[in-house]
Amino acid sequence: MLKLENRIFTNIYGHNSPDLKSALKRGNWDSTKILMDKGKDWIIEEMKASGLRGRGGAGFPTGLKWSFMPKEVGERPHYLVVNADESEPGTCKDREILRHEPHQFIEGCLLASYAMSAHACYVYVRGEYVFERVALQKAIDEAYEAGFVGKNACKSGWDFDIYVHHGAGAYICGEETALLESLEGKKGMPRLKPPFPANCGLYGCPTTVNNVESISVAPEILRRGADWFSSLGKPNNTGTKLFCISGHVNTPCNVEEEMGISLRELLEKHAGGVRGGWDNLLAVIPGGSSVPCLPADQCQNLSMDFDTLKELKSGLGTAAVIVMDKSTDIVNAIARLSYFYKHESCGQCTPCREGTGWMWRVMDRMVKGDASIDEIDMLQEVTKQVEGHTICALGDAAAWPIQGLIRHFRTEIENRLTK
Amino acid sequence: MVELNDKNFSFTKENLKIAEIEIKKYPEGRGGSAIISLLWIAQKQNEGWLSPEVIDYIAKYLGTSQIRVMEIATFYTMFNLKPVGKYHFQMCGTTPCMLSGSNELKKILQNEIGEQNTVSTDRLFSWVEVECLGACCNAPVVQINDDYYEDLEPTDLINILKDLRNNKTPKIGSYKKRVSSEPVDNNIQTQTDKEIEDIVKRRNKPGLSV
Repeated sequence: MLKLENRIFTNIYGHNSPDLKSALKRGNWDSTKILMDKGKDWIIEEMKASGLRGRGGAGFPTGLKWSFMPKEVGERPHYLVVNADESEPGTCKDREILRHEPHQFIEGCLLASYAMSAHACYVYVRGEYVFERVALQKAIDEAYEAGFVGKNACKSGWDFDIYVHHGAGAYICGEETALLESLEGKKGMPRLKPPFPANCGLYGCPTTVNNVESISVAPEILRRGADWFSSLGKPNNTGTKLFCISGHVNTPCNVEEEMGISLRELLEKHAGGVRGGWDNLLAVIPGGSSVPCLPADQCQNLSMDFDTLKELKSGLGTAAVIVMDKSTDIVNAIARLSYFYKHESCGQCTPCREGTGWMWRVMDRMVKGDASIDEIDMLQEVTKQVEGHTICALGDAAAWPIQGLIRHFRTEIENRLTK
Repeated sequence: MVELNDKNFSFTKENLKIAEIEIKKYPEGRGGSAIISLLWIAQKQNEGWLSPEVIDYIAKYLGTSQIRVMEIATFYTMFNLKPVGKYHFQMCGTTPCMLSGSNELKKILQNEIGEQNTVSTDRLFSWVEVECLGACCNAPVVQINDDYYEDLEPTDLINILKDLRNNKTPKIGSYKKRVSSEPVDNNIQTQTDKEIEDIVKRRNKPGLSV
């Protein structure tokens, strides 16, 4: 279990105040200027050495991403854009950061922006998070008042502005280029890459898009050192992570834990265990709705990290663990996700626009037992037609849960269809 | 057909100021970035929905065409193009909420309010099933106007409806005994600010050595 002194988030449940006075006691904004004085290269190298992999789902190394930004600022300004459009089903960690640890997050925005020579940062908060947006704005106002952001931020000589932007209900805007489109006041439809945002992002300027959690852990990594962070977790899967545990556990919760904690320990130490006991586990979705589910027999000694889960053809994603006990109609649970992707497809690419609807309709019939056995293979084939054939990963995300279902619960579907 | 009861919509003085603040967040010439914010302000002022007059006004305000504004208003699901009740319920139905009982809550809304996307005869209520609200550790969740109501049992939802009918303000947030998404009934280690301060002081911070 993660030791208390190694926790990065000390107010994630909001038991103490999110305000500046309280945040200072928790160690936020502690000598930020010293970190900035060490220079941009130092910050980026430390982030690289920490091994931090992006916490928004894809797990791309954060320091490396920062290093992709042009070294010198040309005619076009640089931007940091933070993705707070948290909407991957199962995921609810950034919400807690925004409303309970906003200063840790804002300090991270300053350090990241400075390292990438950005004077402006936009935070894209999903439309539903009204309370969180207000809470964040309040903290930003406090930070301006205290001189931590704004002109000569933290007396570092660096001018830094941070703005809150809000969405209005569209899962697709969590995709980084759709998010940029939306931020420009357009429909949130993903852009073709290349060019990548580091070259041509917001308003055609060099831009980095990071997840809220990735940004929020940066100040502590820099203060306590890359060595400290990388000593936690496992090689290539370092540090701590916020896990969101939902579904059939006794006490669903968000919790910060070490990467590579075993699933069983995670559920039993923090979430009160599986409803009805460990043996009542049917399956988990280990990393948010987009990753394939894993059946109970693969969960026995499961290490919760990027590489282990990838080897099992699933993924850590956002570390949103959706637990399903044996009372679950798993075909229906996955079919509901198919409906989600059909609903959220932006319609730009034909395989996704048509495929998500097609897959959902077949899944819906399978739930009712109204399909033929050979349609299982046909469904699998269609998921392969959608996967990898779209501009963004929403097509993949719609395909994977179904592939996971067929891989592990084919008999379950077959039984239903032969009844 | 939408009702044409909002002829000559325009921002109130106060909202005009808020709109200006929103536009100033973006670089010069990029005011179009504020379109979502402007539609939010307008929707709020117009009792929760965007009438054709509102769309027209926003288009003129931004110096763009109506179709550009419609394109945004129809793409983002939180913009309502039909009137909604005084209390608009967005009931999350995605898998984590479904596993935690949202189907039962949907039935209650169906019985108490009526079909989705219709307004109750007393004009107080409307509801719609939405996709993941991002509060899955507090499932099932319903958003009523701006606020989240979490960890709901069927009786909780019935009581919330009753309260709203009687002009009482129901409690926002979790309906289990917890502050946010901490494990309920678990002896989690919660520290006071003072205790955390002590822990923070003891931390080794090589990054701060010059």
